[in-house]
Amino acid sequence: MTSIDFSRKTVEMIDVVKKFGDFVANDRISLTVHKGEVHALLGENGAGKTTLMNCLYGLYRPTEGKIRINGKEVVITDPNVAIHHGIGMVHQHFKLVEPFTVTQNIILGQETTKMMGILDLAAAEKKVSEISEKYGLTVDPRAKIEDISVGSQQRVEILKALYRGAEILILDEPTAVLTPGEIQELVTIIRNLTAEGKTIIIITHKLHEIKQVADYCTIIRRGKFIDTVEVAGVTEHELASKMVGREVSFAVDKRPAQRGERVLAIENLVVKDNRGIQVVNGLSLDLHKGEILGIAGVDGNGQSELIEALMGLRKVQSGRIRMRDKDITNASPKQIISEHSICSIPEDRQKRGLVMEFDVAENLILENYQRRPFSERGVLDHQEIYKFADQCIMEFDVRPQDAQMTAKSLSGGNQQKVIIAREVSNDPEVLVASQPTRGLDVGAIEYVHRALVEQRDRGKAVLLISFELDEIINVSDRIAVIFEGRIVGEVDAENADENNIGLMMAGGRV
Amino acid sequence: MKFTAAALKEKILKGSLGFTLISMVFGFSLGAIVLLVAGFNPIQAYWEILKGIFSKPKYMSYVIIYATPLIITGLSVAFALRTGLFNIGAEGQYIMGAMTAAAAGYFFKLPMVLHVVVAVALAVMIAALWGGIAGYLKARFGVNEVISTIMLNWTALYLSNFAITIDAFGRSGTGKTYTIQDTAFIDILGHWKRTPEGIEFLRNHPMLWDILKSPVNLGFIFAILLAVMVWYILNKTTLGYELRAVGHNPFAAEAGGINVKRSMVVSMFIAGGLAGAAGAFQVLGVSHRIAKLAVMEGYGFDGIAVSLIGNNTGPGCLLSGLLFGALKYGGSKIQDAMNAPTEVINIMIGTIIIFVAMPKLIRLILTYKSRRGVK
Amino acid sequence: MEALVNDLGFIIGTTLMYSTPLIFTATGSVITERSGIINIGLEGMMYFGAFVGAAVAYFTQDPWIGFLCAGLAGAFLALFHAIATVTFSAEQIVSGIAINFLGPGLALFLSRLFFDGATQTLTIPNKMPLPLNFLFGDGKLFASTGFMDLVFNQFATVYLSIALVFVAWFFLYKTRLGMRLMAVGEHPEAADSLGISVYRIRYGAVMTSGFLAGLGGAAMSIAVVSRFSNTLISGHGFIALAAMIFGKWRPQGALLACLIFGGAKGLEIYLGAKGFPVPSSILATLPYVLTIIILVGWVGRSRPPAAIGKIFDKGEA
Repeated sequence: MTSIDFSRKTVEMIDVVKKFGDFVANDRISLTVHKGEVHALLGENGAGKTTLMNCLYGLYRPTEGKIRINGKEVVITDPNVAIHHGIGMVHQHFKLVEPFTVTQNIILGQETTKMMGILDLAAAEKKVSEISEKYGLTVDPRAKIEDISVGSQQRVEILKALYRGAEILILDEPTAVLTPGEIQELVTIIRNLTAEGKTIIIITHKLHEIKQVADYCTIIRRGKFIDTVEVAGVTEHELASKMVGREVSFAVDKRPAQRGERVLAIENLVVKDNRGIQVVNGLSLDLHKGEILGIAGVDGNGQSELIEALMGLRKVQSGRIRMRDKDITNASPKQIISEHSICSIPEDRQKRGLVMEFDVAENLILENYQRRPFSERGVLDHQEIYKFADQCIMEFDVRPQDAQMTAKSLSGGNQQKVIIAREVSNDPEVLVASQPTRGLDVGAIEYVHRALVEQRDRGKAVLLISFELDEIINVSDRIAVIFEGRIVGEVDAENADENNIGLMMAGGRV
Repeated sequence: MKFTAAALKEKILKGSLGFTLISMVFGFSLGAIVLLVAGFNPIQAYWEILKGIFSKPKYMSYVIIYATPLIITGLSVAFALRTGLFNIGAEGQYIMGAMTAAAAGYFFKLPMVLHVVVAVALAVMIAALWGGIAGYLKARFGVNEVISTIMLNWTALYLSNFAITIDAFGRSGTGKTYTIQDTAFIDILGHWKRTPEGIEFLRNHPMLWDILKSPVNLGFIFAILLAVMVWYILNKTTLGYELRAVGHNPFAAEAGGINVKRSMVVSMFIAGGLAGAAGAFQVLGVSHRIAKLAVMEGYGFDGIAVSLIGNNTGPGCLLSGLLFGALKYGGSKIQDAMNAPTEVINIMIGTIIIFVAMPKLIRLILTYKSRRGVK
Repeated sequence: MEALVNDLGFIIGTTLMYSTPLIFTATGSVITERSGIINIGLEGMMYFGAFVGAAVAYFTQDPWIGFLCAGLAGAFLALFHAIATVTFSAEQIVSGIAINFLGPGLALFLSRLFFDGATQTLTIPNKMPLPLNFLFGDGKLFASTGFMDLVFNQFATVYLSIALVFVAWFFLYKTRLGMRLMAVGEHPEAADSLGISVYRIRYGAVMTSGFLAGLGGAAMSIAVVSRFSNTLISGHGFIALAAMIFGKWRPQGALLACLIFGGAKGLEIYLGAKGFPVPSSILATLPYVLTIIILVGWVGRSRPPAAIGKIFDKGEA
């Protein structure tokens, strides 16, 4: 905390307003950051944190308000101007060109050249190595992006900004994809950077990270400025209630599980990813009636492929999946849904979950359009379809209450409700939920968690996959940790120790 | 659903129909500019086109005859497009259908109605398989259907030319096949109008006589039926639901249990069958034979335009097919009347399509107008 | 033996001649697709280029001016494709289809105006030169007939097209602009966030592809034959597109693919001339069937640019 130079304000955003049409994403937000400071920007999904930072980085032009950099008022029309003023940004979804090398990605837009625009990659590689050594950001400058880990990709993004001479670094949700170990490395890197006089702004909604790394924290709620606080002087709970605007309970309200017989058994499962690399490596798992089994793990350890294989969307190379003692390995998605009664809330609701151009009613029958009463002898019965839709809309509280709205005009939370309505009304024996709360606000998150618990209380089995360890611990009855395509440990949620699970998620032994 | 005048206006202006109408205004305006620059009077040219379409009953029936195959190939393209597939291959499927219908019409000796049914059914089947190949190649090997259907077009063209060189089928030296059997004709009053009684009757009924001078046939009736069928399948059946789901989002469709690969093959199969029907009706109703092709006749390519301008729906294709037929037939008149190149029609069609492809631009123009209106 | 060598020379020679228009167009197609824009309007651009090339070469009596104007004509059409797809987020295939109506429409419209209502131009007075012709003939380095003449005494366009492939390769892999162009085709948001103008690069790439397609059309109308006619360009643009895919979006791969298609054409002509006992119509299907077979075997293993066909909209900034 000694690195802060309070005499120098590097970033001042004053009464910034950003409107998209009639929607006000940022409503008079002010922010001051000093040299050498780590400043956290806290808010729920959709609160307007990233929009504000995109204004600072020149991706958006603020509708109103002023921005000062190092005391001078500036107009940041595009990222080039931001870069010129020493601002660098690491986006939540990395902006890296996959088939390019680390060096090519870093120099893109500010290439080292010989005469006539011919590239000089050797000089570039040397420069990249120099910077990476200075800040302890180890990467292989010649490796291709598609071949390196997510943690390394993030280091490339930071290097990209430093290569451009960034003095102010914006990190958008930097820990979302990292293992606990990698998060520790990132914290070290951030300390190195502030020691060198860099200013860091972190966008996040994770409270313990703010406590761990930030000096000051600005809280935004629904586009409005709430407060700026010194992190050392507040508790996580205080931060949380400022973020949400009311008291929040982290714990999910639920009774103890009534665990029944085994329904689903996965044995020695092997699955390859799109590139043909084996990402599920002999995974075994049991799921029982009346329990929520949470799978904890960092993104990219085979979770997506495991679920796709389970749902019949990806070929199983070897191993076996059994449902109620029937072999369902490599069965078709249709058989798995209708005959074997496994339904899923997919991780990417816009890609796998919904036909965005279809209306709510059409989306609700996606798995059942061939059955009565929705159709008979190949002809759809629209009256029945809309009757069912109206029923679902009431029961699952989808808003607006209009079965003819297209899915794409609904908010993320309501889209998720449509999917949950569809899957739960199938009354499945096993409900698979992958990242079911990603991108949702607190209210919607509580709704989803309640729905999962209700399903469990009705004696059904629930398999929950999430990259948020808090969610896994709060919702699950039993926790299995996945690492490099295997289950490396199992614990009861009752006596789960976050540190132990974190260690297992990173491949360490407990 | 409100049906007030304001709601209707809103629907027309902001909906796809409005976009299409505005695009047409652009197309016709650009055609006028091109004519003007080339030294022709655009008003006179458009007047000639209008006269060439509406001034005689015969002209109107020619418009319908011109439009018939375009409507059906348009339906073919539209059907595939709703499943997310670009059927550039309607041309080749049309050729396969025409060739099969010509062969079945000539070689088979069958009673009247049955002969037509058999010839059309065979043509549809062969063309459906031809389209299905592209669907299969996409589903099984990931071959882009745009490329594969284009290659299949040329393959079909040369196969058809080859068929004509077979002695039993083609009249040697003419580059044409033998005329199909009378039993396979679908002309309206085709025989009667050439009998003495028919000629006598028509002499007293000049209007009917004028219409029957053109090769009027049942094809247009079938085209209407097919347009209704396409609309029904897409919107009212589980098959249509599946195909549309795949077209909008194959990943969600797959996760929902729909067999995406099968849908691709089925969609291209049906699309191929439709284009084949277009070829069959043209042979049975208009040409009664096939001829050697030096280049593509363009029924399939024009069908793409028909589909796009018709917003890829059944009824839309019917209307835009008629528009296209009228422009093609009426447009040919300006060549003789004022020596103006008839290809201005293609320029107009191309312009309409490029504007149809840019709803963003049209929306921009509309909001600009309304914004100015407020101030 | 000598006859056999000469036959081989004939096949190679016709292969080169027929490949050339495809090589120009396919190379252009590589450039535009690498920037993320599909151009199926290549056919219309070739068609228009073929007409403008022949018409200008006829009136100026200079094939080079004709050749250049053909490129400009292709680029002119490409400008519309760029406006539609880059600026106004049009569906790229649909816009390409529109170009395929506009190109032939404009070409035939102008042809009727300038050539007395005909849909073909008159024969041009001067074809493309044969730059190495001075090496062939009596008392020269090579005989005026035979293998060497058939293979190496080609139109200037043939050499140009091969040189173009090298230039395109160098441009894409060795220059700053080439790297930026590929970045735009893979990840436009990344390029944009680094201050690279996605729009400008895509405009440049689409218009380059139009220019090269125009040259490809002219390579047909003022070198392979010596006039434009309404049946001259029939599917070449689409075959060039297939060649680009078969060549895995790389200039050198596209060159190879074009040579294979040209070779199929050369073989077709050779076998036809030799009275090979297969009907000419069946032989004529060879390049097309071959394309499909090759695509079945190859496409699965190649990867198109990640952002191909996707709309990039910077949004309101």
